[in-house]
Amino acid sequence: MPGLHSYLVVAALVFAIGLFGVLTRRNAVGILLGIELMLNAVNINLVAFARLHGDPIGLLFALFTIAITVAEVAVGLAIVIVIFRVRRTIDADRLDLLRG
Amino acid sequence: MATVTFFVVAVLAVASALGLILKRNPIHGALFLVINLACVAVLYLSLGAEFLAAAQVIVYAGAIMVLFVFAIMVLIPGKEETGPDPRRAVRLLALPVGALLFVQLAMIVRPRDARVPPPPAGGSAESLGTLLFTDYLFPFELTSVLLLAAMVGVLVLARRRPS
Repeated sequence: MPGLHSYLVVAALVFAIGLFGVLTRRNAVGILLGIELMLNAVNINLVAFARLHGDPIGLLFALFTIAITVAEVAVGLAIVIVIFRVRRTIDADRLDLLRG
Repeated sequence: MATVTFFVVAVLAVASALGLILKRNPIHGALFLVINLACVAVLYLSLGAEFLAAAQVIVYAGAIMVLFVFAIMVLIPGKEETGPDPRRAVRLLALPVGALLFVQLAMIVRPRDARVPPPPAGGSAESLGTLLFTDYLFPFELTSVLLLAAMVGVLVLARRRPS
């Protein structure tokens, strides 16, 4: 089987792609999709290190991450829907009410 | 065999991540995310974490993707990303930022980590469940409170206010 190194490189690549997406998307839903990618990359790292150290606590941590991701997505999408109702747009560039 | 599987799945995962980012239509992005999540589940399987792979498929495909597709159907977005980009100069910076992050991460992962991992240590539902209900009972209960709080919060946010 491939070494730990390959898993970490794949995770780094997916994380970097996710970051790129979060920075470039103009659609709020697209930004949330990018965040999902980044969280998944982190989970790959956790599972890979759990395997390396022979310690299932890494797996448990990944499980907690998945549960918290669900809460994050639910609240995030609800906020996006409320924003759409109020402003009739979910273009992240035009949501600048908090800018001083 | 394991190596071939790993490389096929890794290439698929990276390609679907790229597709998610480059496609303008969010519904295509959501479908690419499904492919990516399935690939990550296979990576978990290859690392000996069977329960986590199953949880990944059930939670993401069953809960998160339904939420995403539902929200996209409600919002009908996609018009946002057509037309001229008002912040083109800033957005062009995102490519070097992402590339730099990847190079840095890849440099941390030096080939000394290329050793083949030891056999899996308890990725089964039984061993994880034992840990979850003994040593990690408090975080587990805390997570359930967090999920309840998120559910109530979403209901309050999404309720249509009488006007």
